[in-house]
Amino acid sequence: MTTKSYTALWFRHLKTDWFQLKQPALRDKPFVLSISDHGRKLVAAADPKAESQGIFRGATVADARAIIPGIEVLDDIPGLSDKLLGALAEWCIRFTPIAAVDAPDGLLLDTTGCSHLWGGDQAYLQAILTRLQARGYDVRGAMAGTIGTVWALTRFGRQAVIPDPAHQRDELLRLPPAALRLETVTLDKLQKLGLVTVGQFAHMTRSVLRRRFGQNLLRRLDQAFGREEEFLQPLQPVEQYQERLPCLEPIATATGIGIALQRLLEALTKRVQKEGKGIREAQLKAYRLDGKIEHQKIATNRPTDNAPHLFKLFELKIQEIEPDLGIELFTLEATKLEDLSPVQEELWAGDQGLETRPIAELLDQLTGRFGSGCIRRYLPDEHHWPERSIKPAQDLSEKPAIPWRTDRPRPTILLPQPIPIQVTAPVPDYPPLLFRHQDKVHQIKKADGPERIEREWWLEEGPHRDYYCVEDQDGARYWLFRSGHYTGDRDQQWFLHGYFP
Amino acid sequence: MPAANADIIRQLQREILPLQGFKPPTAGKAVDFHLGPIAAAFPNQIFPTGAVHEFLSRTPPQSAATNGFLGGLLAPLMKNGGACLWITGKRTCFPPGFSIYGVPPDRLLFLDLPKEKDRCWAMEEALKCEALTAVIGEISEIGFTESRRLQLAVEQSRVTGFLLRHNPRNPGTVASVARWEISPLPSEPEEGLPGIGFARWQTTLLKVRNGRPGSWVVEWSAGRFQFPEEAAQITTLQTHHATRKHRTG
Repeated sequence: MTTKSYTALWFRHLKTDWFQLKQPALRDKPFVLSISDHGRKLVAAADPKAESQGIFRGATVADARAIIPGIEVLDDIPGLSDKLLGALAEWCIRFTPIAAVDAPDGLLLDTTGCSHLWGGDQAYLQAILTRLQARGYDVRGAMAGTIGTVWALTRFGRQAVIPDPAHQRDELLRLPPAALRLETVTLDKLQKLGLVTVGQFAHMTRSVLRRRFGQNLLRRLDQAFGREEEFLQPLQPVEQYQERLPCLEPIATATGIGIALQRLLEALTKRVQKEGKGIREAQLKAYRLDGKIEHQKIATNRPTDNAPHLFKLFELKIQEIEPDLGIELFTLEATKLEDLSPVQEELWAGDQGLETRPIAELLDQLTGRFGSGCIRRYLPDEHHWPERSIKPAQDLSEKPAIPWRTDRPRPTILLPQPIPIQVTAPVPDYPPLLFRHQDKVHQIKKADGPERIEREWWLEEGPHRDYYCVEDQDGARYWLFRSGHYTGDRDQQWFLHGYFP
Repeated sequence: MPAANADIIRQLQREILPLQGFKPPTAGKAVDFHLGPIAAAFPNQIFPTGAVHEFLSRTPPQSAATNGFLGGLLAPLMKNGGACLWITGKRTCFPPGFSIYGVPPDRLLFLDLPKEKDRCWAMEEALKCEALTAVIGEISEIGFTESRRLQLAVEQSRVTGFLLRHNPRNPGTVASVARWEISPLPSEPEEGLPGIGFARWQTTLLKVRNGRPGSWVVEWSAGRFQFPEEAAQITTLQTHHATRKHRTG
């Protein structure tokens, strides 16, 4: 089993730090954040200057005003610390994929196997702390083998990296019981009994501890000493198929992004290939220096493990990534995978129909650029009504359920909306003698028809259509129809609907 | 001397043709389009596939006729199960109308792009895709440079491209192997039968690279192109011959 490694971060003045960041004027004077509670105002958070004068969380604002006359009192924002911790945890994903919020003022990171990228545990922890401190947060951190230990160390011990379990134990034994994340009742009991360090009761018999202080104390002790596994609730579920590429220097050019993308794709496709899967959807995330994250997503029509093709799809989107000051981490995850059956190499390359890889790749490229709705393929549908005689196919592999009909003449150009025309028809139910369309009179020389197509009453109501194929004096062939029966008095019942070749 | 010169010229022409994109089809891949006298207008007497053809049309009936003629060309191209991408601006093309030409409408992929520039880009990308049999692009305004790019793409991939140019403002010069114009002609009904006969077109080759432009009457019947004028000529010749034989005999 590999040794685990966790890092805890503790933001001692999370909210006041944030207020100072937002309002730099607050930096020089003591201030508190207040909340209303049962008609009085309580201090929700105090900045280090106010704390040095003895104003802590839970005091009344009136007391604070008495200690420091003219202290700045600002309204607390409800839910602020959760929001800030969430954002900070997301930011920490550049250091490790598993980051969790430890309410109300801390973060827990699973840093197993991450630190070598920064040149060792010490440098890694230092990098995190320096970056956060540079942003203006008062933060403490420690790194050790269990969550319990790191939590205790950040709050009560020293900011250190302690990989060795024996050392961890020694460190823990010296800390007060509060370092074990216990509830106030238990802490009071321990205090009353004069047990002021963990070392004073850690060696006691388990049954004794359980009877006096409850199961929770034992659980916390076990967690701290690594006898019981503790799990983090990651902020973002870790994608199974994810590749990460941290950059030594921030990347700000399209070429750089392209190279990073190529490396990630190669690594990801290699992994996917081994498991006989293909990528249907992939997402690239670029973590910027200023804390923002750029997303780009692509989708394919069929599962693929072809890295150059996926790169081509992403290539169209590289221009949309704004690197700003630079990107320090890229992650690429396959959000949707499908089984990919191995393709047999074609001995006779030639016409292979629709279901070939190059066509699917071309369509991916086209939909990637123009949106998914622009490509259509049609299948015959069981309707006589011309507009409804075809339906869009769902995917490339769908085959026509009924054969295409060739027994009735159908034009190659069908107008989306039939155009009203004026006609002269001698006898009812006869093809017209001439028709006028766009101020041109067409003498009809030859005609076929009528072909009566009834409207499907179960779908919509309206008159039927009598279709005629007609040819004018120039040889142009048209598809005309009369809507409904001949009435004689009604205008506008003839329409032009299509052109025959 | 002149005989030797002609020989040299013929030899040179044979060498130049492949350089200009007229590659003879690989063995077993030649497609018979039944184009008869029209094919003779092209170099090597073969309708060139793996090249870009340009079709001009001015009126909707002309576009419909062009579609019909295209259907006749696509059917033999796609008979081995190939697929065709049709890039349109505004879709008026009605797929079931093509089944009569033997083109399976479910193997036509339509790509709708309202912008001419996008259509150019898409056509170039599609022409690079060797798995497609043909690419049809409705691009009215295309410059020489863009068309040259299409030409370069097909020279690599051997895909046949058809440029449909409806009412171009300026037909200009386009790097295509041939420029066609198809117009509908009044049909000739079968003797004694009422109604409309088989579709008939005046097929004009306005420009052919290294070929002889010309104009022919083409009819689509019995699932292939027919040449009624030629047939008429042959029948008259035959009757003429027969009568002479009869007289001498």
